[in-house]
Amino acid sequence: MIRLNVNGKDHVLDVNPDTPLLWVLREDLGLTGTKYGCGIAFCGACTVHIDGYAARSCVAPVSSAQGKKIVTIEGLAPAGKMHAVQRAWIDEDVVQCGYCQPGQIMAAAALLAERPQPTDADIDAALSGNVCRCGTYQRIRAAVHRAAGAAEKTQKAQKSEKKS
Amino acid sequence: MSARSGFDRRQFLKTSTGLVIGFTIVPGLAPKLALAQEASKAAARPLPDPNAFLRIGEDGSVTVLLAHSEMGQGIWTTLPMLVAEELGCDWSQIKVEHAPAAPAYVHTAFGMQMTGGSTSTYTEYDRYRQVGALAREMLVAAAAKQWKVEPSTCRVEKGYVVSGEKRLPFGKLAAAAQKETPPKQVRLKDAKDWTILGKPTKRLDSPEKVTGRAQFGLDVKLPGMMTALVARAPVFGGKVKSFRAQKAKAISGVKAVVEVPSGVAVVADRFYAARLGREALEIDWDLGPGAEITTERLREEYRALAQTRGATAAEAGDLDSGFRSAAKTLEADYEFPYLAHATMEPQNCTVRIGDGECEIWTGTQFQTMDQKNAAEILGLKPEQVKIHTTFLGGGFGRRATPTSHVVTEAVHVAKAAGVPVKVVWTREDDMHGGYYRPMWLHRLRVGVDATGFPVAWQQAIVGQSIVAGTVFEPMLVKDGIDGTSVEGAADSPYLKQIPNHRIDLHSPRSPITVLWWRSVGGTHTAFAMECMVDELAHAAGKDPLAYRRLLLKNHLRHLGVLNLAAEKAGWGTPLPAGRFRGLAVHESFNSYVAEVAEVSVVKDRIRVHRVVSAVDCGICINPAGVRAQIESGIVFGLTAALYGELTFKDGRVQQANFNDYPMVRINEMPAIEVHIVPSKEKSGGVGEPGTPPIAPAVANAVFAATQKRLRNLPLRLA
Repeated sequence: MIRLNVNGKDHVLDVNPDTPLLWVLREDLGLTGTKYGCGIAFCGACTVHIDGYAARSCVAPVSSAQGKKIVTIEGLAPAGKMHAVQRAWIDEDVVQCGYCQPGQIMAAAALLAERPQPTDADIDAALSGNVCRCGTYQRIRAAVHRAAGAAEKTQKAQKSEKKS
Repeated sequence: MSARSGFDRRQFLKTSTGLVIGFTIVPGLAPKLALAQEASKAAARPLPDPNAFLRIGEDGSVTVLLAHSEMGQGIWTTLPMLVAEELGCDWSQIKVEHAPAAPAYVHTAFGMQMTGGSTSTYTEYDRYRQVGALAREMLVAAAAKQWKVEPSTCRVEKGYVVSGEKRLPFGKLAAAAQKETPPKQVRLKDAKDWTILGKPTKRLDSPEKVTGRAQFGLDVKLPGMMTALVARAPVFGGKVKSFRAQKAKAISGVKAVVEVPSGVAVVADRFYAARLGREALEIDWDLGPGAEITTERLREEYRALAQTRGATAAEAGDLDSGFRSAAKTLEADYEFPYLAHATMEPQNCTVRIGDGECEIWTGTQFQTMDQKNAAEILGLKPEQVKIHTTFLGGGFGRRATPTSHVVTEAVHVAKAAGVPVKVVWTREDDMHGGYYRPMWLHRLRVGVDATGFPVAWQQAIVGQSIVAGTVFEPMLVKDGIDGTSVEGAADSPYLKQIPNHRIDLHSPRSPITVLWWRSVGGTHTAFAMECMVDELAHAAGKDPLAYRRLLLKNHLRHLGVLNLAAEKAGWGTPLPAGRFRGLAVHESFNSYVAEVAEVSVVKDRIRVHRVVSAVDCGICINPAGVRAQIESGIVFGLTAALYGELTFKDGRVQQANFNDYPMVRINEMPAIEVHIVPSKEKSGGVGEPGTPPIAPAVANAVFAATQKRLRNLPLRLA
């Protein structure tokens, strides 16, 4: 039996422990927002957060994810809400076919958690593992900067609230 | 139109007259010309049935049904814009769905339900506006009756019908409007009165796509559904001789192993079990002559063919006397490899076969063909096959196969297994699965006069025909010429200035399956034409921009984009050290695009820093969508220019995944500017025209940087 914590929920699953985490998320937990693109960690469509870090779920055996906190695109924001990165993606009109975008967004959210004000070089380093065949990279870059700005504003607002 | 009493898909399918595949393409005409002719007949066509395209719910929601597939090109937004402009609803009321496969949704120019050729927006420009206008008139008529006023006193306003002090929301009028007879004719708004069209409009599919809710084919799940992987022949044309399934069947989760025409399918409860099962299969293949294919031998064959006369695709004047009169002659071969579309979502199809019916879930560009081809296997009528079009994780032509091979294979597997099945292609299956952009060779010989002006142009084009052997061949091949092989060359504006010219086409047959790949003929013809013109300019000692202006002096729309791109790029102005510019201009799908690429070359590595593009696509429906599509086309073409190459050895494709078939990534993304020429001309397409100019623009910039002419794609200095 495999024990997984996904988006804050515990699951006990009877699956082959060698199964890539991606397929357990998609087939056993019905979390199909995480995509299959290459199966060899070369395209980033399957990106999820494992203990807060962006990870390629297509090559991670499900057994290796036990005891860790897994977050998928479905769990990035509380139900009915959107993460700053998702809102920025909408505001910058980033998506085209949309297939790679959950992976892009998860990679961007992990970057911003680590570096709230990323430079272009930071964005290149963090997102160059994610392929977009529609070529939305220019708007992805703008959206990451926009999300960073939004996060900064939120932090300032929270600080000023605390002060007052 | 009301959600409750209105349009019912099953009822609609029942009352329809059955599926007719009515190709309306005029034989012998280049597809583009035929398309233009068909589009011009649109005015004479009867008005559409608004019920097939629109549902107005009691909550006021306006659901637009798309006759085309959303694959990233943005019609999920653009087609509703056309409806909303005329209907007068509030934009926030719009909902969108893919239409079912049914005769009401056949392409207005192609006579079958499909998405391709960069046509969706401009061929629906009339129909979707008419739908909005018809529905508006019916809502107004219903309101006028209820209020006992003249319809002429009524107007629509953000989802309400208004007359004097009276106001009713569309939702409250929908049921009554449904009973109104649609008017025989409608007047469409003048462009100067538009409030939605022509304005940059954000995509409607963003919320579901950024939250992971959007359903792609690969995300479909049915009760009792199994997942299948198919072991296909390692070379094109190979067949199963015999196989042993014992080891595969021993894998936990594997439910069945079945032989289908394309190979051996392992049917399992999960993807991973199907994959392990497939790895455990023991298959003896009858490889056939496909095992002989190697890229080097193909290139030799193509070069030999280029020395001989082929079918004449364009001809004028007298070549021999042209070359005799020439002061100088330039010769060049341009070569292009096979390319995979590599959509981010690999191929897949889900099939449930019932009693006298079949349901298919897939992201397809070719609903009518899929319906017909699936029906034939099952002995059903096409209308007994229900197609659920999901979002497409990229299309680029790959999901528009005349053979419907992905769908028919899944039907065979579901039929043999006796359960609902999703057939999944791994990335490697997809990359090895054929339906490639063909390999091409262009051999050019051009004679110029003492001023450097071309007086004789001889071009041989060698490559597989995309439509040969398909149902499209009788319609699209005329006198041995597949129009998609020579578009962009045979109809080039340059040739019109050159008194003596000839283009020969050779279309060798091969077991390798080939297909339209974003911008089709333009993927190679634009490179050959624009690089050769650049070479001519250099030989004449002229600036590449000035030289093109001279040759294109009678082609105002080419000139318009050329001049705009050059101006915005600062053509002729100094660049930072180590940066160089290159230029290209090309018309495709009735739109004109010029691109200026700024590159540097360091240690034989080509880096594209900036691309300035100008597009004239006629009337622009959604400028935000146009910009996104041109950017997208540029990145797609840049990947082909810098990396794209499939090679064969002993019949096997030597690349398999993104590790050896690389893509342009964010760290290599140039800054792209898209400038739109204001225009009142008829709209052209925008999904594809951004692609053709980028490879020649980059190659011409690399020449400026290195004085080396790179004539083969991908561009390699070492």
